[in-house]
This record gives sequence, structure tokens and C-alpha cells, in this order.
Amino acid sequence: MRPDRVILACVALAVAAPAAADSLLPPAEWANKQLPDPRQEAQARDLMEEVRCLVCQGQSVADSDADMAGDMRSHIRRRIAAGETPAQIRAWLVERYGNWVTYAPPVDGMTWPLFVAPVILLGAGLWLARGRFRRRKKA
Amino acid sequence: MRRWILWVPFALFVALGLVIAWNLRNPTERVIVSRLVGRELPAFTLPEALPNRPTIRRADFGGGEPRMINIFASWCVPCIAEAPQLMELARRGIPIDAVAIRDQPQDIARFLGQWGDPYRNIGADRDASLQLAIGSSGVPETFIVDGNGVIRFQHIGAINPSDMPRLTEEFEKARR
Repeated sequence: MRPDRVILACVALAVAAPAAADSLLPPAEWANKQLPDPRQEAQARDLMEEVRCLVCQGQSVADSDADMAGDMRSHIRRRIAAGETPAQIRAWLVERYGNWVTYAPPVDGMTWPLFVAPVILLGAGLWLARGRFRRRKKA
Repeated sequence: MRRWILWVPFALFVALGLVIAWNLRNPTERVIVSRLVGRELPAFTLPEALPNRPTIRRADFGGGEPRMINIFASWCVPCIAEAPQLMELARRGIPIDAVAIRDQPQDIARFLGQWGDPYRNIGADRDASLQLAIGSSGVPETFIVDGNGVIRFQHIGAINPSDMPRLTEEFEKARR
């Protein structure tokens, strides 16, 4: 590549603005600050690791650096500090976003195969293994 | 000996490969629809987004006429793309209230000066609290609230010209 092309490419990269910009506001109050009460902080932490980030799907809000994940961490900490239980906050979020929002989905009409499949597969494995061992004995 | 059973793992492998290939070619775009569609708009209070403009108020909804809520931000690029469509909706007389997510007055004023101002009232949601309360998961999003204060429709993402018939149809439905 000719040197002027390389320079042009470098300039283009430096000038290019990111397509999805983030806001200029600082993170929400409790986004990155622990609660003073360690027991409450532990509760909030457990819930944050279980709640899915809405804009960066596949990460929990505890893992994500997205603005909205920070807002959700702050939201969870504020409500825990105000005396709400993690179950109440989880129910509030599920009411709005469905079970999708939690990494610990409850057993219901849609999700029961998730919980039953491992048991069935383990049963099938045991049954197969039993057949193999029996054949060995005969031989 | 059942010979065909030897082929089962290979068949499973091929099936898995096909599933992966198909999903790579058609990446699923997952939008998270608010479960509050069909239910009452929750209570909220937001501060003013601009010094000389009233904020969005819960009391304005449920007064017999439907309204739209547009969730936007000055830092949101797709919000620029939907600005002409919002201007057109406002021109048709549809009341649109706005919620500015994580935004500052001077940036909002600049954005509205540059891309047009289709809004009635604008509230500032600095920590996404209203956004979480109504089950919205990003910017931009548009909600239609009917005359009884019930959320009737949620549009996720920018309003493109091709979305206009659906949006106006849903707004007319909310009027009934």
C-alpha cells in the first residue's frame, strides 16, 4: 500500500465517530458504588449477577459497562437500600420484561424442558451404560 | 448388528452444523417487548428537561384522548433518523410527549434546534427510572397510550417512513 493511502486510512480511523454513541452524563449514583451495609450489598450483588442487561444481551448487569446496565445496578441498589427484598425487585422486573430478564428462570409451561431434559438425558445414559455392562458379563 | 445406529452421531453432528450455519446467516434480532402493553401506564414523576418547557406528567394521560410517548436522547443516532417522521406525526396533530434519557438541557436544545421539535412536554430521565418502569429497553422507542391511560402499543427502534401507516393505524385504534 502507498504511504499516502496508509496515512489517509489512519486519519479516517481517527476521525470516524462511533455509530452508537453513549450519553455524556456520569454514571448514576449507585452504579459503581457499593452500599454501606455489606449484607445489603451482597443481596444487591447476587441480584445484579442474575439480571440480564437489556442493551447488551448475553451479559448480566453486574458484568456490563453499558450506561443502562449502570442505571439498573443503581436502581437495584437503591431499592435494596430502601428495604425491598431481591424477590420483590426481580418480580417487578419480570412484570415489565418477562422471564427473559432473569438468568434464573422459574419452571413454567415454556421452560420445563430446560429442567427435565438433563434428567432424561442422564436416565438414557444410565440405561445405555447398563446395556453395555450386561453384554460384557455375558461374554 | 444395527449398522445404521453408527450413523446417528454423524447425523446429529451434521444437524448441529446446519443449525449453526443457519443462525449465522440469519442473526436473530432480539427485541424485548414491554409486558406493560395492554396495561395501565404506571405512575411517575420526572423533572423538566428544558428550563422553559413543562415536563411529561402522568396526569396528562387518561384524559380521554390518546397520546404518544417518545423515548429519545440527543446522543442517540437513530433518533435523528426518526425526527422527520415524528415531525410529520406532530403536524397531523398527534400529541407527542418526550422522555430524554441521560441527557443535558443544552444538548437537548441543540438536538431539537437541529432536527426539529415535535414535542409537547419533555421530561428528563437521568437514570433510566421511567424507562425501566414502563419496560422500555433502549432509545428510541415510542409508546401509544389511550384515553384511559392504558399503554396500547410499543414501537421499538427508530420510526422509519415504512412504519408510519402502522403507527397512525395504532393511534386511531387507541382513539376508539
